[in-house]
Amino acid sequence: MIENLTKKYGKSREALIPILQAIVEKESYLSEEAMNEVAKKLDISAAQVYGTASFYSFLDTEPRGKYVIRVCKSIIAEMKGKKEIIKTLENLLKIKVGQTTPDNLFSLLETNDIGWSDQEPSMLINEKPYTNLTPEKTISIINEYRK
Amino acid sequence: MSSQNLKKTDVIFGLCHTTDVEHMLPGGVCKTNEEKFVVLKEVIKKDPQEIINEIIDSGLKGRGGAGFPTGLKWKFASLSPEPEKYVICNADEGEPGTFKDRDILLKVPAKVFAGMTMCAYCIKAKNGYLYLRGEYKFMVPELRKVLDSFHETIKKLGYDFHIDILLGSGAYVCGEETALMESMEGHRGEARNKPPFPTVEGFRNKPTVINNVETFVNVTMIQKFGVEEFKKLGTQDSRGSKVFSVSGDTPKPGVYELELGMKLSDFVDEYGDGDTKAVQVGGASGFCVPRKKFNDTIIGFEGIPTGGSMMLFNSSRSMYNVLTNYLEFFAEESCGQCTPCRVGCQQLIRGVRAVKCGLRSPDYLDDLLKLTASMKLTAKCGLGQSVANSFSSIVSNFKEEMIY
Ligand SMILES: Cc1cc2nc3c(=O)[nH]c(=O)nc-3n(C[C@H](O)[C@H](O)[C@H](O)COP(=O)(O)O)c2cc1C
Ligand code: SF4
Ligand code: FES
Repeated sequence: MIENLTKKYGKSREALIPILQAIVEKESYLSEEAMNEVAKKLDISAAQVYGTASFYSFLDTEPRGKYVIRVCKSIIAEMKGKKEIIKTLENLLKIKVGQTTPDNLFSLLETNDIGWSDQEPSMLINEKPYTNLTPEKTISIINEYRK
Repeated sequence: MSSQNLKKTDVIFGLCHTTDVEHMLPGGVCKTNEEKFVVLKEVIKKDPQEIINEIIDSGLKGRGGAGFPTGLKWKFASLSPEPEKYVICNADEGEPGTFKDRDILLKVPAKVFAGMTMCAYCIKAKNGYLYLRGEYKFMVPELRKVLDSFHETIKKLGYDFHIDILLGSGAYVCGEETALMESMEGHRGEARNKPPFPTVEGFRNKPTVINNVETFVNVTMIQKFGVEEFKKLGTQDSRGSKVFSVSGDTPKPGVYELELGMKLSDFVDEYGDGDTKAVQVGGASGFCVPRKKFNDTIIGFEGIPTGGSMMLFNSSRSMYNVLTNYLEFFAEESCGQCTPCRVGCQQLIRGVRAVKCGLRSPDYLDDLLKLTASMKLTAKCGLGQSVANSFSSIVSNFKEEMIY
């Protein structure tokens, strides 16, 4: 895969982040092997790859599930019932914030403002935004992903 | 109650430029590509200097928060003899409570691309980039479609300019222009020292103009209906209209376009819930205005300038919770490069918590205010420098809420 990515994005330093983004899109996170291979292909040190990746919250270096849920925790979300959404998700998925379900389907995270403060509570599942959440709506969204 | 003094406009989202709703075209949207880029066709026949002078004359200031005069920025970049230059559209929009660039890019992306092209024409750049926050990745397929037809039209016009989309990866500081360029070059998003400014050494160390999404749309509209019409909007110091992101305790959260220079009290009359105790103007890095100051506060460069985030809080809200939420945000998003910001943010959180639970006396808040003042002076970039804005305006106006 990484071979193909360097064909698409090139081997310059500028290609690094697009390549890491593409790996995360495919594999949900950056494994050590993946980062080492990218380092070799771009001819930079593994520490540089890791140092760059670890700066960005979407370039996860920890294993994540197939669907990464990021619930907005900025102030407006907090005011509009974010806690209840988190509780709903924790009960439904039987995990806490920061954890991944044993079947590797879902990871539950919190994040800062995602650009939907007018429609809180909100969350991203991978790249898709969901807004005006209620506990019922949240449950039915998750059930769709479980199918 | 609808205020007499609040002037709604439709410059950014509609086709028409008057505040008179009668003049609006149905839907206000162009149907064909030719229509979308028709201004561009005329503009690239003009003398670049003339366009730059018009933008300077219009008084347009950047809509990303800092408010630098757009025409001057373009002029600086145009003066460089360097053959390789770049245009970047800053669509990182990470400030809490801001979502107006989302709506602009969803509704009128062609106006953004047209503005970027006018900039490229003025400074002689061949490549442009839309740096889109990772949270807005869902927009990419639609934006690419618009870009395809844009590139087609540009080719037909016989002009050479190409725009690419680059995605952010969830880092607020990358909205800062030099951190953004670091990130585009494949590095950690750590802000650079300024000077040199991007118009001298920007992306790939080449002269670069970076503007906010809304700034580019304003340029397109100035070219469409003329400098004089633009100048009719707003005030002497704050020309034009502004797109506001309205959220919090309001019956109508959303995106609204209003003339600059309005009184905050008029804004609250229109968007408040009747019980507004404070408005945070400009997001976490902006200022908190308490009820007693609504009447004396002007929203614009002569008063409180803003990237457009307006968060309303009613009397049921704890301003202590608001402040700690902002501080946690800064602590998480600090790039960690310089000590005042990295350590300062952590100390502020600890400090306000200690005062709240009685471990420290209320006087300790004064020490914390001094700390933010020194962060303002010594932090390397706007992130660390602006922590003082919300901190001091919340702590000084709501001191009792910080203590009890
Ligand atoms: C921490 C930080 C975050 C910023 N985020 C943004 C942003 O998301 N969008 C933006 O246009 N400007 C942002 N800015 C301002 C940019 O550095 C820069 O001033 C702006 O893009 C210039 O465009 P303008 O003149 O059109 O406003 C940010 C600044 C700082 C310090
Ligand atoms: S002020 Fe903060 S965000 Fe800016 S360079 Fe310093 S540590 Fe980084
Ligand atoms: S507060 Fe959640 S997206 Fe802004």
